[in-house]
Amino acid sequence: MKYTTRQDVNAVRAEGPALSLRGLRKAYADVVAVDGLDLEVVRGECFGLLGPNGAGKTTTIEICEGLTEADAGEVSLLGLDWQSGAGELRQRIGIQLQETQFPDKLTVAETLRLFRSFYQHGIAIEESIRIAQLEEKRGSRIGGLSGGQKQRLAMACALVGDPELLFLDEPTTGLDPQARRHLWDLVDELKRAGRTIILTTHYMDEAERLCDRVAIMDRGRIIAQGTPKELIASTGGDHIVEFAVAGAESGGVDAALLTALSGVQSHRVDAGLHQLAVSELHTSVPRIFAALEEQGLQLSEFRTHSATLEDVFVGLTGRTLRDE
Amino acid sequence: MNNLDTSSLFQLTLIRFRLFLREPEAIFWVFAFPILLAMGLGIAFRNRPADVLQVGATTPQLTESLAADQGLAAITLDETAGTHALATGRILLLAIAQPQGVAYKYDDTNPDARSARLLADRAIQRAAGRQDAVRATNQFVHETGARYIDFVVPGLLGMNLMGSAMWGLGFSIVEARQKKLLKRMVASPMPRWQYLMSFLLARLVLLVLEVMVFLGFAGLVFGVPFRGSLLELAFLCVLTSLSFSTLGLLTASRAKTTEAVSGLMNLVMLPMWILSGIFFSATRFPAVIQPLVRALPLTAAIDALRGNMLQGLNLGQMSAQVGILMAWLVVSFAVSLRIFRWR
Repeated sequence: MKYTTRQDVNAVRAEGPALSLRGLRKAYADVVAVDGLDLEVVRGECFGLLGPNGAGKTTTIEICEGLTEADAGEVSLLGLDWQSGAGELRQRIGIQLQETQFPDKLTVAETLRLFRSFYQHGIAIEESIRIAQLEEKRGSRIGGLSGGQKQRLAMACALVGDPELLFLDEPTTGLDPQARRHLWDLVDELKRAGRTIILTTHYMDEAERLCDRVAIMDRGRIIAQGTPKELIASTGGDHIVEFAVAGAESGGVDAALLTALSGVQSHRVDAGLHQLAVSELHTSVPRIFAALEEQGLQLSEFRTHSATLEDVFVGLTGRTLRDE
Repeated sequence: MNNLDTSSLFQLTLIRFRLFLREPEAIFWVFAFPILLAMGLGIAFRNRPADVLQVGATTPQLTESLAADQGLAAITLDETAGTHALATGRILLLAIAQPQGVAYKYDDTNPDARSARLLADRAIQRAAGRQDAVRATNQFVHETGARYIDFVVPGLLGMNLMGSAMWGLGFSIVEARQKKLLKRMVASPMPRWQYLMSFLLARLVLLVLEVMVFLGFAGLVFGVPFRGSLLELAFLCVLTSLSFSTLGLLTASRAKTTEAVSGLMNLVMLPMWILSGIFFSATRFPAVIQPLVRALPLTAAIDALRGNMLQGLNLGQMSAQVGILMAWLVVSFAVSLRIFRWR
């Protein structure tokens, strides 16, 4: 089997995308998980698949990983496909699955030695232990590791084959904030090393922090795609103003009057809370105050925050990510 | 890194050993349990001087007549106490004095009680003056290889080979599937055949230990005979273990949870525990179900092991049993490869 070394990979990087999906479709007995998906991931970028639970992220990534077969569509990784190039692809990609439980009674080093033995080329076990910062745990049994350490071990197992393309499925789900930041640093380091990374997450802050580009998925489709900055800009404003009025009957607020204000891009109501996307806080906020006062409304709540990918999702679907 | 470190088959097999050795319960079931069982059965069924049977009688006179027989121990009881003693198993037979003779109260479905009836009647008739018409003497046979322990050791060996192979494969595979470890392995470049092969290799190595410890114990402590070729005995053990390994693989090929596979495994093994003649001869079952009993892999395995150890038969004389085991091996393996769920 032919294997390209890292230098060769750099040489052929211009040759095409790391991943390309065309018209991908997958239905299970009662639900369409992936519904006509097109996607291209450039070599060397960190790409995020973002969406609520059940959006089809895991199905999509498992089709890319060759673990699930699509009903229709084309999948191409590193210029190869799963029908003809499975053996070589397995050697060249690294995979971290969402819920792998490694045997409790094996040690970190034993587990890594096992996974290393599957790859013809790769990094030394000590190197993978160092990258995952598990030096102190190398001889410890997996049963005694914390959630974050187990997740870093899963990452190390994905790295022992020195993959060109790395798939991370919800790498920080279920971790405490400190362990999450620890893992983000690890992903940062991998990005700096020039690896192509495709990750799924339902944490918007994670996607903003880690990804060069993201695709937002909902109900099996991609509903928006771009850099986090572009997507946030697409909401029409960099800032979100949220307010509620006393008396709580939202009917009292004239939405048309508010969106007519210069600088206000959109208006929506969620559980009595009005949300306005605005481009400049310092000019828009006084106008909003004035307009509300004109309508004779009493504010019971008022706050602002910088627009996030969460606001993008809410703007596109009218639902929050945690609705599911 | 040396060659073994980078050989995935070696690493996979090594992992199997590590996981086995770090599971103390598994070590107990595979090594200690069969020895304890053989020891218990050996003690319970050890060959003793012929049993002395406990009987009772309602008059001291009858008791004296009964006690004259070496095979009987007699006590005097009134009829009520005697009936109670019969019911609780303290005595096997009660001789009740009656005006015109004697009545025996006993359970005629119990072989020991029937023996007691014969001995008691003989003792009482002799005491009353009966003479034997023909003079008789006894010649006793206490031959190694015809004892119950000799019969049961090959049975236990077969049962143990079945249990350790089925559980060793089935449970570990389903556990890996349940914990999504199987899926993770398949997502790596690991050759799938090596994963399955590592179980068989580990099983074969453990088998050597397991069989040597058990048979060594049976040979040294009970003097169980090994009349056939030891090489052929080894072959039979390997064949039996592989047949049950593939049957374990088949049982585990679809199950998603360890609970499900435990149930399935017991379902597969239960008929064999009952029908395959571990503790008593399988020929005791009615002729109608004999073809089924003969077709079970454990029956074939135990018959072959007994043939080798007790009768000194060679493989050629046991080609039917060897054929049945081979058939189970090939069919189970072929079917499980087709239906195996890798995720």
